[in-house]
Amino acid sequence: MDKWIAAFGGRQRLMQLLALAVLLLVILPLTLDVFRLNLLGKYLTYAFVAVGLVLCWGYGGILSLGQGVFFGMGGYCMAMFLKLEASSPENTAIQSTPGIPDFMDWNQVTELPMMWVPFHSLTLTVVLILTVPALFAFLIGAAMFKRRVGGVYFAIITQAIASIATILIIGQQGYTGGINGITDLRTMLGWDIRPDSAKYLLYFLCCILLIVCLLIGQFVLSSRYGKLLIAMRDQEDRVRFSGYDVANIKIFVFALAGVFSAIGGAMFALQVGFMSPSFVGTVVSIEMVIFCAVGGRLSLIGAVYGALLVNLAKTMLSESFPQLWIVFMGALFIGVVLLFPQGLAGIYEDYVRPRFANLFSRKSVTKDNGDKSVAQEAQS
Amino acid sequence: MTSPILLAIEDLTVSFDGFKAVDGLNLYVERNEVRVVIGPNGAGKTTLLDLICGKTKASSGSIKFKDIELTKLVEHDIVKAGVGRKFQTPSIYENLSVRENLELSYPKGRTVFGSLFFKVTDEVAARVLEVAEDTFLSDRLDTSAGLLSHGQKQWLEIGMLLIQDPELLMLDEPVAGMSVSEREATAELLGRISKNRSVIVIEHDMDFVKDIAHRVTVLHQGKLLAEGKMDEVQKNEKVIEVYLGH
Repeated sequence: MDKWIAAFGGRQRLMQLLALAVLLLVILPLTLDVFRLNLLGKYLTYAFVAVGLVLCWGYGGILSLGQGVFFGMGGYCMAMFLKLEASSPENTAIQSTPGIPDFMDWNQVTELPMMWVPFHSLTLTVVLILTVPALFAFLIGAAMFKRRVGGVYFAIITQAIASIATILIIGQQGYTGGINGITDLRTMLGWDIRPDSAKYLLYFLCCILLIVCLLIGQFVLSSRYGKLLIAMRDQEDRVRFSGYDVANIKIFVFALAGVFSAIGGAMFALQVGFMSPSFVGTVVSIEMVIFCAVGGRLSLIGAVYGALLVNLAKTMLSESFPQLWIVFMGALFIGVVLLFPQGLAGIYEDYVRPRFANLFSRKSVTKDNGDKSVAQEAQS
Repeated sequence: MTSPILLAIEDLTVSFDGFKAVDGLNLYVERNEVRVVIGPNGAGKTTLLDLICGKTKASSGSIKFKDIELTKLVEHDIVKAGVGRKFQTPSIYENLSVRENLELSYPKGRTVFGSLFFKVTDEVAARVLEVAEDTFLSDRLDTSAGLLSHGQKQWLEIGMLLIQDPELLMLDEPVAGMSVSEREATAELLGRISKNRSVIVIEHDMDFVKDIAHRVTVLHQGKLLAEGKMDEVQKNEKVIEVYLGH
């Protein structure tokens, strides 16, 4: 048992994860109405990306400003599957070519394009959601890291890739739905995803997948590989001259972050009911980095809180000051980087946890209970 | 059976935009030998180590290590062949503990999946302890490496190489910035660790060089100026002129 606890991040991390799970799976569903809960589910899909960025950027030192591309891959794969199901010949009988998605018909496409064919099957769709981003990250990673492209150059190139991806999607309107994206998604294997009951289920599915990703992340960080990431960020040459192929280490973490993002994207399409290029491009990719930085780039769980809180603030502020939001977001990023480089998680570790630790040791509560209460504090 | 020569460098040249940092160099290092490379700044000493460990690619010439041509290998394969290299400024993982620094250098689990599922066995732990004792760090194992003194950082990096048990160990200025007592400890350490391996050391401290060197190579402008025992080299007039001074 102890072995397993250690392998997944140790007692304290697991308690913090448990606290997050209780918050997401019990407290919030009991207190929020379904509209808010669905909104929260949407924010949680960004948390997948932020968690991936903690691994890739926080620990591995690889700043990707193009994570929206992976989010989009997952989102579009899922949306394509749902769209095909919504475009049965009966539903689309009024089109000149029934049985293909409506936007194809509007764009004079008369046959389902090859790249859409695999998305008739849910199994294949799920496989593609997991493999396409991994493969794409592998190709990008192999091309960059084997040539020792890193740091700011890598960030700029990923930013460019995000830009290219948006342009491609918008340009190929007949194949991708263009700027409107893929809309009007209805059912998954005959199960309607739009009513409230479905929204509840999808929210829980999203939470559970996120917790699985967090566990995988904690496993990775607790392993020798996790230590290697830190080592590589500090002294890349020392790692290389200790017999490691640094490029492979980087490719793996980049691919893992990509797969996490894609899972988030797929859950986005399911919960929100559409997918569009605005969730692929440069702006959203940079927003993801901000979520991660605010939460704390060295804390997987912090990244989840970061994604939730920044989006909450975004929703509230952009309702009252739509134009100011983007300025506020930029200021928030600069402020966090300058004042709290470790984000919310750093504030928690430096200020909140020591106080609670004191509080409990003074009351001489057993260490066991102390740990739990401290972990629950992570919710606030 | 085995050739007494461990490392054979022949006609090695590297040029950076026409400037030849190492120029037609021939150098042979025997097994169990401690070779010290000295020379004025810009003589090509560090470049020579860079070439051997693959950090810099040779323009021409050959580097043969136990009949393996190193110029054609990538860095991590050169390490796996048995060449370890310490950098001039201590290169250690400051955010990890001394123990973790040593564990990461243990030559197993070097692939992505190997490292994900790597277990610190008793064997690994024992080896870490052994190397920590060798390098005077056994009571600092759980200290964050960034908190070590400069001399201890140098030792830790040497320890990180020792745990890989390389046949050829290359040390770039291992005693730079060390106190007198630390230098003495390091000289003693080098004496111990050179028993079963060859060591190439770059060093400026002549007293230290005298302590440890079996043979000395003097480089000047990328070329071999002199080679031999320390006292022979010290008497060599060319060496006195360009490096040792009067």
